[in-house]
Amino acid sequence: MQSLGLDVLFKGKNFVRLLGGLWVAVRISLISVAISIVLGLVMGVLMTGKSRVLKAVFRVYLEIVRIMPQIVLLFVVYFGTTRVFGWDLSSEASAIIVFSFWGTAEMGDLVRGALISIPRIQYESAEALGLTTGQVYRYVILPQTVRRLIPLSINLITRMIKTTSLVMMIGMVEVLKVAQQIIEANRKTSPNAAFGLFAVVMLLYFAICWPISRLAGYLEKRWA
Amino acid sequence: MENALLEIKNLKKAYGEHIVLDGLDLAVNRGEVVVVIGPSGCGKSTLLRCVNALEDIQGGEVLLDGEPVRRGAKDISRLRQKIGMVFQSYDLFPHKSILENILLAPLKVQKRQRAEAEKEALELLDRVGLKDRKDDYPRQLSGGQKQRVAIVRALIMHPEILLLDEITAALDPEMVHEVLQVVLALARSGSTMLIVTHEMAFARAIADRVIFLEGGHIVEESREPRAFFDRPATERARQFLRTFEY
Ligand SMILES: Nc1ncnc2c1ncn2[C@@H]1O[C@H](COP(=O)(O)OP(=O)(O)OP(=O)(O)O)[C@@H](O)[C@H]1O
Ligand SMILES: [Mg+2]
Repeated sequence: MQSLGLDVLFKGKNFVRLLGGLWVAVRISLISVAISIVLGLVMGVLMTGKSRVLKAVFRVYLEIVRIMPQIVLLFVVYFGTTRVFGWDLSSEASAIIVFSFWGTAEMGDLVRGALISIPRIQYESAEALGLTTGQVYRYVILPQTVRRLIPLSINLITRMIKTTSLVMMIGMVEVLKVAQQIIEANRKTSPNAAFGLFAVVMLLYFAICWPISRLAGYLEKRWA
Repeated sequence: MENALLEIKNLKKAYGEHIVLDGLDLAVNRGEVVVVIGPSGCGKSTLLRCVNALEDIQGGEVLLDGEPVRRGAKDISRLRQKIGMVFQSYDLFPHKSILENILLAPLKVQKRQRAEAEKEALELLDRVGLKDRKDDYPRQLSGGQKQRVAIVRALIMHPEILLLDEITAALDPEMVHEVLQVVLALARSGSTMLIVTHEMAFARAIADRVIFLEGGHIVEESREPRAFFDRPATERARQFLRTFEY
């Protein structure tokens, strides 16, 4: 039988290295999502506010993020700004900046959507019961906003994890890059390793993203 | 009207240029059931919303037990506890169970003990026939059941007056009855209420006094609801009532 090259996986520290690469991907996503949630909350609240200028600025920002491929942003930040401003930005820092720039726009829009989707009657019936403004937000508005946001932000995490495969283009060694390196190193001894390793990478992405997206689906149903 | 519980004096309310209430006076006595009727857009909801200061007003005042009810005032939370309100559309909190909906204000606003408040909540739920639904969520209830819960949620605060704004308008006809039965029982037990409704038969049955509102004013007022509905004094009220005939 033709070897699938899976033996390579268990040679030396190869599997551990792969997991290490996966952790890089997950780490970048988690840090970026954490930053995005904080900044996105601020942006979302500001977007529901009165200032037209701010709203226009955020609209433009959102459009730019949506239109621009992430890879272009990565190149601009990692190769472009380091040259122009002469600062020393690691590839991981660049990746986090770009992913947060993207995530903040998405989160901001999600927060805005969640806030405006809560009907005015929810504020009013709570006020009519004698709740103070602080209590209205604490017990009535925020719990509903968060329930709407959690599944959506979980989706954002999985999309980010998938998109992290791009960071090898700016020299980061994440799971896909590790797989490539292992394949290169074993080109002679097991030429079929590409199949086995990339299949394993696929399974790893699946193992991470599937539970997360199931969780999102579950929460969505539970809190609908 | 020495012992008026609620006094509305020269109330003016406008949205921008559009004047909705133009110097309205109304007093509601303890134990009295006042029903407000009038054509769509005449300001009935606005009137109720001004009474518990959900709206800014442009003039006049609202007094409850002689105390001014003002939007943004420091003691507004204390005064609102004395004013129960039920809205037309379902205003239950969707993320809380029926019991938690009812207990939120007693626990967080009135700081009552959970055990005692829960006992009362269950008694009230029992009275509206929904005790076994206490752990359900609002989305699992029918429209009529939700409105009965909304009434319980207002009652547990022991309000001195209840404001009901077309609480059956969004219901299927077969559910209107079950909700109005609850309101009728409250009226019989002596609750003070200010009710807006399009159910004329109900208005006739429950009202101690009927107010016909139009153009920002009280056009006609009657302490004889039966007489009013049979033979209104003003031509405007007559025309309005005719729109309910087929
Ligand atoms: N937030 C608002 N902004 C501007 N105009 C408003 C607002 N709310 C109500 N109005 C206007 O005020 C007037 C009175 O409205 P209101 O809701 O009090 O009428 P209503 O008598 O309750 O009518 P309905 O029987 O249809 O419920 C209407 O002309 C309405 O268009
Ligand atoms: Mg109305």
